[in-house]
Amino acid sequence: MYKSFLIKYAEIGVKGKNRYLFEDRLCEQIRYALTRCEGEFEVTKSQGRIYVNALSAFDFDETVENLKTVFGVTGICPVVSVEDEGFEKLCQDVVAYMDQVYPDKNITFKVEARRARKNYPKNSMEINCDIGEALLNAFPEIRVDVHKPDVLLRIEIREKINIYSVVIPGPGGLPIGTNGKGMLLLSGGIDSPVAGYMISKRGVKIDAVYFNAPPYTSDRAKQKVIDLARIVSKYSGPINLHIINFTDIQLYIYDKCPHDELTIIMRRYMMRIAEEIAKENGCLGLITGESIGQVASQTMQSLMATNDVCTMPVYRPLIGFDKQEIVEVSEKIDTYETSILPYEDCCTIFVAKHPVTKPNLNVIRIHERNLDEKIDELVKTALETDEVIEIKYQ
Amino acid sequence: MLAVLIVKLNTFEGVNMTEVYLDNSATTKCLPEVAALMTHILCEDYGNPSSMHRKGVEGEKYVRYAREVIAKCMKVQEKEILFTSGGTESDNIALIGGAFANSRAGRHIITTKIEHPAILQTCAYLEEQGFEVTYLPVDSTGVIRLKDLERAMTPHTILVSIMHTNNEIGAVQPIEQAGELIKRMNPRTLFHVDAVQGFGKFRIYPKRMNIDLMSVSAHKIHGPKGVGFLYINEKAKVRPIMFGGGQQKGMRSGTENVPGIAGMAKAIEELFVDFEPKINYLYGLKERFVKGVSSIEGIQINGPARRDGAPHVVSVSIEGIRSEVMLHALEDKGIYVSAGSACASNKPAISATLKAIGVEKQYLDSTLRFSFSVFTTEEEIDFTVKCMSELIPMLRRYTRH
Repeated sequence: MYKSFLIKYAEIGVKGKNRYLFEDRLCEQIRYALTRCEGEFEVTKSQGRIYVNALSAFDFDETVENLKTVFGVTGICPVVSVEDEGFEKLCQDVVAYMDQVYPDKNITFKVEARRARKNYPKNSMEINCDIGEALLNAFPEIRVDVHKPDVLLRIEIREKINIYSVVIPGPGGLPIGTNGKGMLLLSGGIDSPVAGYMISKRGVKIDAVYFNAPPYTSDRAKQKVIDLARIVSKYSGPINLHIINFTDIQLYIYDKCPHDELTIIMRRYMMRIAEEIAKENGCLGLITGESIGQVASQTMQSLMATNDVCTMPVYRPLIGFDKQEIVEVSEKIDTYETSILPYEDCCTIFVAKHPVTKPNLNVIRIHERNLDEKIDELVKTALETDEVIEIKYQ
Repeated sequence: MLAVLIVKLNTFEGVNMTEVYLDNSATTKCLPEVAALMTHILCEDYGNPSSMHRKGVEGEKYVRYAREVIAKCMKVQEKEILFTSGGTESDNIALIGGAFANSRAGRHIITTKIEHPAILQTCAYLEEQGFEVTYLPVDSTGVIRLKDLERAMTPHTILVSIMHTNNEIGAVQPIEQAGELIKRMNPRTLFHVDAVQGFGKFRIYPKRMNIDLMSVSAHKIHGPKGVGFLYINEKAKVRPIMFGGGQQKGMRSGTENVPGIAGMAKAIEELFVDFEPKINYLYGLKERFVKGVSSIEGIQINGPARRDGAPHVVSVSIEGIRSEVMLHALEDKGIYVSAGSACASNKPAISATLKAIGVEKQYLDSTLRFSFSVFTTEEEIDFTVKCMSELIPMLRRYTRH
């Protein structure tokens, strides 16, 4: 029955002169999502609307699922398009449409016509009334409710006539690529993939960095991160994943610094390295999955201590989220199952039994000086290990 | 999907070092002559043994050949061999099929605490189905006490399942004595032996040892994965657990895995050529390795160390180093080993076997399994010992608190 979809978008509509940029990006992202679907599609922009038209047979559910991954889309409306063959015929088509979409007629409805083609013989009000009448005649149980209808039936008179009433919610947000690029610190946990998702929802393109610590972490842990990046890239578009060998830095910190401060100092070096890579790759900020108070290294004091080394803004989209809320998003975007695979990541291997929860920045800075002898060299070497994997969801 | 695979391949690119594979209890490399025979069957003689034409007869010939080889090496009848998809399926048919076929005589089953999950999980299922299971303890070398078995036997015991060789520590059970004891106490009790690790390392003759059912897997003996067999004594009552086209006299429906079955037979033929020298060679490797690592400080060998145990498995606990770290450090040198047992080590659960033999707490998470094959060389053993003695002091410096 359906051959096309009307794509609704919200915030883009208020973007003034830049609007076309946003719309073009949205079309681009829709096309990227549709490459994963069976069938051929055409994505068109006309009169402030975006349409997806199927040019061949297609899988309805699969197409909707993939359209739901496109940021900027607030609603997906499956549309029935009919030729204008007189008002009589239109009434018949609408009755047939309602009959098929709503088998149970014990519902209320309201017709909302829009006449983009002004030479149509009836005006909007007349169309509303006459279609309503046709439906009431066809189905005895159906009732009209103009205030809170169960079904809002839209009739759009254009070159063709579009009939739709179902709005499948999209993810919202802004199209990827309309807001610069950020560098995500991706571990194998639950939080960081969600953080990547949240930031890319605001139109930010993302790259990611993962700190690998062989032999303390395994190839499976690395594969897990690749798999997570792949799931995130379903929403965010292609991701360049940077894999950095962090073992020597970690061991050096272990040798030279108090063990209860290991995690903080280690994270300071992760931030420094991430920022280096971010700069080289044209990123405008760092993204982490931190949430206040979740673990010792995420108290206000600890965040201050890690933030201290950054010159770029650090975006922490989960900062006010509870763990359960983060888990819910990760389940929604399908990273949860992968995140909970039990492979060690570099953050957990040397964690102290009682790490500091209120680190003193000055003390941390003083202890970090113990590393002066070799740390610059080690950071340089670590940066040279950068292995870049381009990750795309296909 | 392909992209991900390519990514995977790329990450391993440039790694061009010699590999020392010491994880032969997890799986073994397939013999080239086995692979060649299988390729020939897959591409040329690919007929379905159930087909009535010549191509089908060709396929059937390979299955017959396999039956003949396998029956002969164990001195049993050809009709007593049932081809399966491997150790797990054989264990499942033996336990589930054996238990349900004999449930009128009783609902009691005996097994041990150190069985493979294929046995333990199947027993858990049978418990849900109303059977009662007794789990025999083991001593500090991982061996059951016959007294315990004798005490556990009741007039309602329908099935006893004991593994021949333990996959984690190489402990070998007194199968012959157990078989004798079971039959003396209750001739109708079925005796199942999980010989996945023991087959090909020991001569096992079911008839002589009162074994009614015995599970074997091909990929542990240089054969292909996905194939194995279950020996079923002609007098033993066992019900099928899979239904369909009635292949293998209805005991296990589904088209026979002809290339796998033939490959397994070929591997078994090779296995018993110069059998005793091979086993002696394996014991030699084991002794060389045990002697080597024993000189490293803070090392403990679990289970039977000398000729009491299996010739190919050594379990080593290394004080102060988590097994996962040691495993990846060795991997870095091209040496592949297991943490505990490979079948259980994907989930870092504490090994039931190690617990059952009373390994101390601080060693439980610090245990590696080294398992050898006839392709392992003395140089590889020496190289491994050398790497371990270098790595261990280094890794001990960095520990979790």
